[in-house]
Amino acid sequence: MKYLKIVTLIIFYFFLISSNFKISDIDLVNKISKNIRCIICQGQSVYDSESEFANSVKEFIKKKIEEGSTENQIYESLKNQYGEWILYDPEFNKNTIFLWLLPILTFIAGGLIFLKKTKFLKL
Amino acid sequence: MKNKTLFIIILIFTLFCFFIFLKSLNNSNIYIPPKNLDRKLVSFNTTTLFGNKTIGSDDLFIEDKIYLLNLWASWCAPCRYEHKNLMKLSNNKSIKIIGINYRDSLINAKNFINKFGNPYSEILTDKDGTIAINLGAIGVPETYIISKNKKILKKILGPINSEHIKEIENLSIK
Repeated sequence: MKYLKIVTLIIFYFFLISSNFKISDIDLVNKISKNIRCIICQGQSVYDSESEFANSVKEFIKKKIEEGSTENQIYESLKNQYGEWILYDPEFNKNTIFLWLLPILTFIAGGLIFLKKTKFLKL
Repeated sequence: MKNKTLFIIILIFTLFCFFIFLKSLNNSNIYIPPKNLDRKLVSFNTTTLFGNKTIGSDDLFIEDKIYLLNLWASWCAPCRYEHKNLMKLSNNKSIKIIGINYRDSLINAKNFINKFGNPYSEILTDKDGTIAINLGAIGVPETYIISKNKKILKKILGPINSEHIKEIENLSIK
């Protein structure tokens, strides 16, 4: 029984190292596909969708990772084909400046009001 | 006085935020893919449907003709409607149609061609759909009008209709 366990473990180990698709790569595919919008099934990410388009994008991401592309390079190539709309996480540019800065400005303004009300700041 | 200044600042800030959100909410959230493209076709390698030989896109777009790169699948109903129009276009000698069979069973794809005719000068396979993603396609049928120097002139979403035929034929005359 003990030998059987050892043999099973060895087979499992060789199976893992022979598989050129590492677990971390699968995690990366999932991470990227969660940040890609399924543009034919709005409201869903590519990760959530099982449409032909979403499955093609997942395969595309897998292939790119196998070829050695980085996460940002994959986002960039998808953005070049479909535009920025495909990304759930918008980039910081002139169109998204308020989207990114508004929460910070609101936080600062709120902090100033709080400090003033609590008499820490004498305006 | 200080309270009044603070009130005015907050009011301006609130109004500013309100109009930003109001403007953004009026923008359409529906994805509209670009139709007139000004870019070159991405190179790719794949296998042919008939003969199963490996072929590169660089070997295909070499003649001084207008090329149609048509994405299709046997499971796609609009592709059947489009097929008769592709058959018409295939009679035009200055147009070359290259098919990309998208995420399909090879047997079904071959049966489709045998049943409805073959308008394509070459049929390539895209089993996992990655070529379509490289092209920027969102589904089938989709057609790219490509010039000799592999420049994508236009993308047609959905089936090719009689108006598209006229447009393509006009491009081939120029």
